[in-house]
Amino acid sequence: MSRIGKIARRSFLVGSAAVVGGVAFGYYAYKRPVANPLLAGLAEGEAALTPYVKIDSTGITLITPRADSGQGAYHVQAALIAEELDVELDQVHVDPGMPDPAYYNTALSAEAAPFRSTDDGLVADTTRGIMDAMMKFMGLQITGGSTTVPDSFEKLRLAGAVARETLKAAAAQETGANVADLTTAKGAVILPGGGTLAYTELAATAATLDPVNNVTLRDPSTWRLVGKEMERIDILAKSTGTQRYGIDFEVEGMVHASVRTSPRRGAMNSYDATTARDMRGVIDVVELSDGVAVIADNTWRAMQAVNSIDIDWAPAAYPAEQAEHWQALSDSFNADQQDSRFRDDGDVDAALEGAEVIEAEYRAPYLAHAPLEPISALVQVSDDRADVWTGTQIPRFVQSNVAKLTGLDTDQVFVHVLVMGGSFGHRLEDRVVREATQIAMQIKGTPVKLTYSREEDTLQNDTRQIAMARGRGAVKDGRVEAYDLGIAMPSVIASQMGRQGMPTPGPDLQIVAGAWEQPMQIPNYRVTGYRAPELAPISSWRAVGASTNGFFHDVFLDELIHAAGADPMEERLRLCWHDASRKTLEAAAEMSGWGTDLGPNKGRGVAFCMSFGVPTAEVVEVSNVDGAIKIEKVWVAAEVGRVIDPINFENMVQGGINWALGHAMNSEITYSDGMADQRNYYDFEGMRLAQSPEIFVRGLENGDTVRGMGEPMVPPAAAALSNAIFAATGQRVREMPMAKHIDFV
Amino acid sequence: MKLTVNGTEHDVDVEDDMPLLWVLRDELNIKGVKYGCGVAQCGACTVHIDGEAVRSCQTAAADVWGEVTTIEGLGTPDAMHAVQSAWVEHQVAQCGYCQSGQIMQAAALLATNPAPTDADIDDAMNGNLCRCGTYPRIRAAVKTAATKLQEV
Repeated sequence: MSRIGKIARRSFLVGSAAVVGGVAFGYYAYKRPVANPLLAGLAEGEAALTPYVKIDSTGITLITPRADSGQGAYHVQAALIAEELDVELDQVHVDPGMPDPAYYNTALSAEAAPFRSTDDGLVADTTRGIMDAMMKFMGLQITGGSTTVPDSFEKLRLAGAVARETLKAAAAQETGANVADLTTAKGAVILPGGGTLAYTELAATAATLDPVNNVTLRDPSTWRLVGKEMERIDILAKSTGTQRYGIDFEVEGMVHASVRTSPRRGAMNSYDATTARDMRGVIDVVELSDGVAVIADNTWRAMQAVNSIDIDWAPAAYPAEQAEHWQALSDSFNADQQDSRFRDDGDVDAALEGAEVIEAEYRAPYLAHAPLEPISALVQVSDDRADVWTGTQIPRFVQSNVAKLTGLDTDQVFVHVLVMGGSFGHRLEDRVVREATQIAMQIKGTPVKLTYSREEDTLQNDTRQIAMARGRGAVKDGRVEAYDLGIAMPSVIASQMGRQGMPTPGPDLQIVAGAWEQPMQIPNYRVTGYRAPELAPISSWRAVGASTNGFFHDVFLDELIHAAGADPMEERLRLCWHDASRKTLEAAAEMSGWGTDLGPNKGRGVAFCMSFGVPTAEVVEVSNVDGAIKIEKVWVAAEVGRVIDPINFENMVQGGINWALGHAMNSEITYSDGMADQRNYYDFEGMRLAQSPEIFVRGLENGDTVRGMGEPMVPPAAAALSNAIFAATGQRVREMPMAKHIDFV
Repeated sequence: MKLTVNGTEHDVDVEDDMPLLWVLRDELNIKGVKYGCGVAQCGACTVHIDGEAVRSCQTAAADVWGEVTTIEGLGTPDAMHAVQSAWVEHQVAQCGYCQSGQIMQAAALLATNPAPTDADIDDAMNGNLCRCGTYPRIRAAVKTAATKLQEV
């Protein structure tokens, strides 16, 4: 039997993390090792020591299965492996790998369990463990929920350590040295006499050995990379125009396509493509299940031709006018539509009875993701295989959906994940791949790259949810005494998973995420979620439910604090029982000089939100310039357990603040005649440079658990801005985009 | 028609109204220049024509009046322009998709205004959208690049 054959029958533990988790929570049945997907495609002399490390005589490849939508996920994953593997980041190739159950996302499941991140109890931990096991069963290789770092932090370092120890064992076998006398550095095993054996030279021998799974992770004090300032692995390419993105990818013999499907997200009644067929470069016009595509020899020609087609669209299945969407939310605050009430402390009804009740209503609009790179997918279909090249956060869904469309088996579908020019949740949807597959099936054997126009990308966007909240509260003796918040929105998860044919029974935690689990001890405290009917298609937009609820929850709290006559910072600190969360508020107060005199026409607002397990406090400072608001400065303090790369962390948090504030000021998607009114960046621009404030960031490392920071900076930002505007002007802005109510510089 | 791009003359057979962006990307396979909006609202397609920053998505092929420089012609990974090395030094990029355009816009700014004020930078760079929100680093990198260029 060949060495490869012998290895291929063997399974590998995905690092000992699975053992640790399994033992701790006692679900042994799910603890079976996962097959190592890299073993299937190995050539003679290549070794795949874990699912994350592949070495052959020519080089070392680190597999980074979480997608990088721009926030440095590949870099962080590579650094975690390299830390224990003892390689330098410029010595390795990074490859996202093929979709495989081995790369299931552990951390995403923790967010799906209805326990507060602050709940360390046995029941909460056990439930998270069961959710984790389900996630592993389903093999959901998803990038999202700020989970890349939490999911990878131990798993990838273990993968690096297993590979390193196995290479040492190989060196011991080749040289007769004692393993205990071997060390490693810079991609090589160092022998007792000072000689070195490169990992690449040891690959063939290592491939014959059982992986050394009994490894111990290094003490953080010895880390070379993690926690240190690093140069991102892609920074040179991204500064010289040499980074290739999905939209840039080409294969031999490829043709281009552009598509139009219903802006009302329904059916196509009829179309007339007479003009398009005669246009220069047009190869074919093909009909899809709900639209029409042009295949041409050039992207622009395909777009020009598809835009010349006269199409009659059927009506939308959802209400045609924006006012009807708001009405549907307004009508949802009733017992029949109650989805959850996970927070119900004290007796809210009794506390409000006879008290002077403070009431307020808040609104947050639909928002597009609009990453700067319009989505695209390159697909080639033949009789026995399909290849997909695209930037996606859901490679396993893509694989399965292409298999269904083509009638191929999933193992005949090869998904090549490409670098993304932003996502913000946009690439958790895969309609572009499904459309490209439908086109490619009509021109079998020829690779087709489908590129959306910006307008099509906007019209077909599954947007952020629309949401509305109603607060009722009371104060007593200068303190917040009663807090009752109801939130109504359609279910994001039902809409999103519905498009994947997956049922989502039970309450949708996202309806109340960023509100129900806040670590505040208000004597009478209630948060109720109401499920509005399904309206326009919605999907996960950076911070998901918390992107709207963080605004609602904290602005209403601010209103009550002001009504009580208390200091916004002091009262939040008094109410907050969670030590790590209090520290973020204290840090934000210290950084921003909270309490010092700002002078006239200025104001500070503080907001706090724990989302994705990350307590985050933010202070915004604004000035009132002749009746227009200018955002001057923002301070952010977040508890993440461990900052992997301080430079990338700061950049990502600053960017997330700009993301949150830009949309909060300026942007919305609205519907008329069943279609989004907005088309391009002239009517949906988010933040531009001139409005961008100074942003100061501090990552706190007091907690035991490592958390991801891709989203948690978003929920408090709009609230802090609204609270600052109130402090500067006395005007309370309860609706986004705020520019509907107040001018900005 | 004839086009000179990054010092090389090309003969391209395209419609007069095909935007320069698509001539570069699809006909000449120069992929550093990016498509973002198609209507001069995002700046991802910014290139230089005779040193001036222009939106190539709104420049018809037949209207190109001079030599075209793309990010690839500004500098290479082995021999970066001062603006590019400032972008590396500050680690500006997140997704990086807008950065070719940002860098070309900044290079054109510094060519005419070697010591821009904060307001000059805001004015010159405001048309270049960055959805990842890397603006604080863009501002800092422009200033560093200005210093580097003055030292030369």
